[in-house]
Amino acid sequence: MSKMHLKMTVNGAEVETLAEPRELLIHVLRERLNLTGPHIGCDTSHCGACTVDMNGKSVKACTVVAAQANGASITTIEGLGTPDALHVLQRMFREHHGLQCGFCTPGMITRAWRLLQENPNPTEEEVRFGMSGNLCRCTGYQNIVKSILAAAAEMNAVKEAAE
Amino acid sequence: MNDQSPTRDERIEKLKGLGASRRRVEDVRFTQGKGNYVDDIKMPGMLFGDFVRSPYAHARVVSVNKAAALALPGVVAVLTAEDLAPLGLHWMPTLAGDKQMVLADGKVLFQGQEVAFVVAKDRYTAADAVELIEVEYEDLPVVTDPFKALEPDAPVLREDLAGKTEGAHGHRRHHNHIFTWEMGDEAGTETALSEAEVVAEETVYYHRTHPCPLETCGCVASMDKVNGKLTVWGTFQAPHAVRTVASLISGIAEHNIRIISPDIGGGFGNKVGVYPGYICSIVASIVTGVPVKWVEDRMENLMSTAFARDYWMKGRISATKDGRITALDCHVTADHGAFDACADPTKFPAGFFNICTGSYDIPVAHLTVDGVYTNKAPGGVAYRCSFRVTEAAYFIERMIEVLAIKLGMDAADLRAKNFIRKDQFPYHSALGWEYDSGDYHTAWAKALEAVGYKSLRAEQAARVEAFKRGETRKLIGIGLCHFTEIVGAGPVKNCDILGLGMFDSCEIRIHPTGSAIARLGTISQGQGHATTFAQILASEIGLPADDITIEEGDTDTAPYGLGTYGSRSTPVAGAATAMAGRKIRAKAQMIAAYLLEVHDDDVEWDVDRFTVKGAPERFKTMKEIAFAAYHNAIPGLEPGLEAVSYYDPPNMTYPFGAYICVMEIDVDTGVWEIRQFYALDDCGTRINPMIIEGQVHGGVTEGLAIAMGQELAYDEIGNVKTGTLMDFFIPTAWETPHYITDFTETPSPHHPIGAKGVGESPNVGSVPAFSNAVQDAFRAFGHVHAHMPHDHWRIWTIAEGLGLHA
Repeated sequence: MSKMHLKMTVNGAEVETLAEPRELLIHVLRERLNLTGPHIGCDTSHCGACTVDMNGKSVKACTVVAAQANGASITTIEGLGTPDALHVLQRMFREHHGLQCGFCTPGMITRAWRLLQENPNPTEEEVRFGMSGNLCRCTGYQNIVKSILAAAAEMNAVKEAAE
Repeated sequence: MNDQSPTRDERIEKLKGLGASRRRVEDVRFTQGKGNYVDDIKMPGMLFGDFVRSPYAHARVVSVNKAAALALPGVVAVLTAEDLAPLGLHWMPTLAGDKQMVLADGKVLFQGQEVAFVVAKDRYTAADAVELIEVEYEDLPVVTDPFKALEPDAPVLREDLAGKTEGAHGHRRHHNHIFTWEMGDEAGTETALSEAEVVAEETVYYHRTHPCPLETCGCVASMDKVNGKLTVWGTFQAPHAVRTVASLISGIAEHNIRIISPDIGGGFGNKVGVYPGYICSIVASIVTGVPVKWVEDRMENLMSTAFARDYWMKGRISATKDGRITALDCHVTADHGAFDACADPTKFPAGFFNICTGSYDIPVAHLTVDGVYTNKAPGGVAYRCSFRVTEAAYFIERMIEVLAIKLGMDAADLRAKNFIRKDQFPYHSALGWEYDSGDYHTAWAKALEAVGYKSLRAEQAARVEAFKRGETRKLIGIGLCHFTEIVGAGPVKNCDILGLGMFDSCEIRIHPTGSAIARLGTISQGQGHATTFAQILASEIGLPADDITIEEGDTDTAPYGLGTYGSRSTPVAGAATAMAGRKIRAKAQMIAAYLLEVHDDDVEWDVDRFTVKGAPERFKTMKEIAFAAYHNAIPGLEPGLEAVSYYDPPNMTYPFGAYICVMEIDVDTGVWEIRQFYALDDCGTRINPMIIEGQVHGGVTEGLAIAMGQELAYDEIGNVKTGTLMDFFIPTAWETPHYITDFTETPSPHHPIGAKGVGESPNVGSVPAFSNAVQDAFRAFGHVHAHMPHDHWRIWTIAEGLGLHA
């Protein structure tokens, strides 16, 4: 199948690649751009392991085709923090044992990152609803919710201190 | 010593050893998206494999036409059984002593069965090629019901077994019969049942489900033809066993096979078995000379690899009028699907189902299990379970409830009346186990107190009255469960898989500067071994857990072990770790005595050092000893500081717990809401409380799914009705309640550190608690038992059957 020339901004950098128009965004990211943080868990957009941020919205990269992603601005787990400067969500997931096998974690954190921009001060109920597109088989969500609430509290405290 | 010296407590704290809620070392990479799972592996020239699968549950394969697929640019090969037959690889042995088709050999026996394997330059081309392969089928009559499968005129499923009346587990009495497994005292049980004042009977079905880890199964096989070495990266819960099996069936010498389990995205039993995808990838790599990747998609995962449960359990339990249990009988009809691919220790074709006497002192019991072939996927794996203990726990905890109804007794009182008492341990059960330790009454009392059991019952009774008066349409269910697990398989004298004893191992190397690496025969799939095994070792050898690397999963470097499933890692490999640590300490003692110029017996261990007895200011820390081991020429001692331990456990361990679920149920819609879920676990010595709590949260959520909706359902012609996550229920954060966890601590007397294992307890214990809550809600209206899963429709059906909608 003939390929299309794809241009995107991924984690702040301009990238270009060739891809079949039907190719799924998750495969473009993982196989052409070597961003293996987002994972594939179900192929049917139920599990959210492939969650990335596209043009300011959480999307499931297994149900976006390459052609739709042309020109888009995309953030993946790899773009949230660096080893020396982790994002507060990355730290809080570790602090509150918000992960076990780690397979859902990149999608979880990427979704939580957007959720806390949509709603910087969520209740537990709002976190549970806002995260319900992301499945986890290990944690029972309790510590994921705790991690996200702790991250929100820290982010708000930092914001307050700055103001 | 000076004032700056750390106190003993500070030294203990610095180790982050046993009992510390140490944060996980694994999380650093996982939270940054830097895990290395099998589908992340990318190799030069790597090809992709994909399967043509059967749409039929039972059909003859008339022809397979590969021509169009082979003509597609980018397709490298298409394998069928005919291609594998010359290598003897069109069938493979299963872990249960049966054999399974790798690719359809003349017929297919379940929907989703592997028919042909396409190898292409990328996954899209492979998928396109799958569509181009034309398979002609001739359909055959389908049997999905194990009872119908045993009828005299039932279709013959396994033609390859025609005339074979002996199977791997004894006599086969019918063409679709696999084995009969019998335990206990039949005559004694029948006598007790016939003489009993009260007998309760029920058939309890634990439906077919699937472990469904978020990462599916897969592998990358790479045959290096230059060096004659085969390397396979894969989602393997037992990498060493895979190496041995791969060697035996491929003929490649075992030292030329390297199996690597990279990070695994959850296993729960799904990744114990050997699947056709592994064999086909290996063959394809041998044929093409380049690496071949195969990763199943979710539908393939649910349809073809590793179902769990599917046990029809017919029980009879007897008691005196005042509720003293006198006997238990159980007959199981076990649906194993098309091939017997259960992952059980060889001598236990129904796993440890004979733990079905549960937490109770039952004087006499009898058990028979009949394994049956049907046109469903093979498997029968232990889904977060130690070999059928989940089925056993569900069975006994339902039978107790059914008996309580018959006796008109409170189910909590009935349990307490029949618990094995603390002074009876070690306790020999009627079906042959020796329970190591327990204190059930204390745990039970703590649990009932914690939930306010008496007032809950009063509230429930008041609600029933209010319902009868028409003031409410919601009922309250109180789901009780006291489970006893049997984990840590197991003693080599009776536990093996394909002849491989179920010991486990740990090898430790102490580095000159006082840090260490330990390698084990197990493999974490999220349990946090790199964190907790370092904690065990830290407490044993006095080096901080942060200075100890734990490595698992590479058969070229790790000592031989049987892997991680059945909650065996802590009981077996954890014990090996402690024992290897003690070997290190024994040598360190000699080095310390030499350095301190005293006799070996004149030094004693203290947290992280050896001190001279009676003179604690004279000491050598483990860090100092480590350096001396590589620096000093010590007479009579080899240089270096290393140890290896292979641990053959003397017994299983028997964790237990008390779980209580309080549920509100809407009679008109069947909608349920968990009001409270309390989980008390006793897993013996607690290594890392944070991780234990996490295991419990996760396991209870799996139990919630299984009890309340998750089902691998088939229609009568063998179509899988729940093949995607649209239909196969996995709770989201929204449906999942908040859990309360608690514990008691009764160490195992035979384990070096007293630990029993916890990973599976919450799945085992929560399913009965959820199911009992649903059934208990309707007890006041005469309800006795209904099968899981209790989805809204099925709950509504209970209410409808009781006339509550009138």
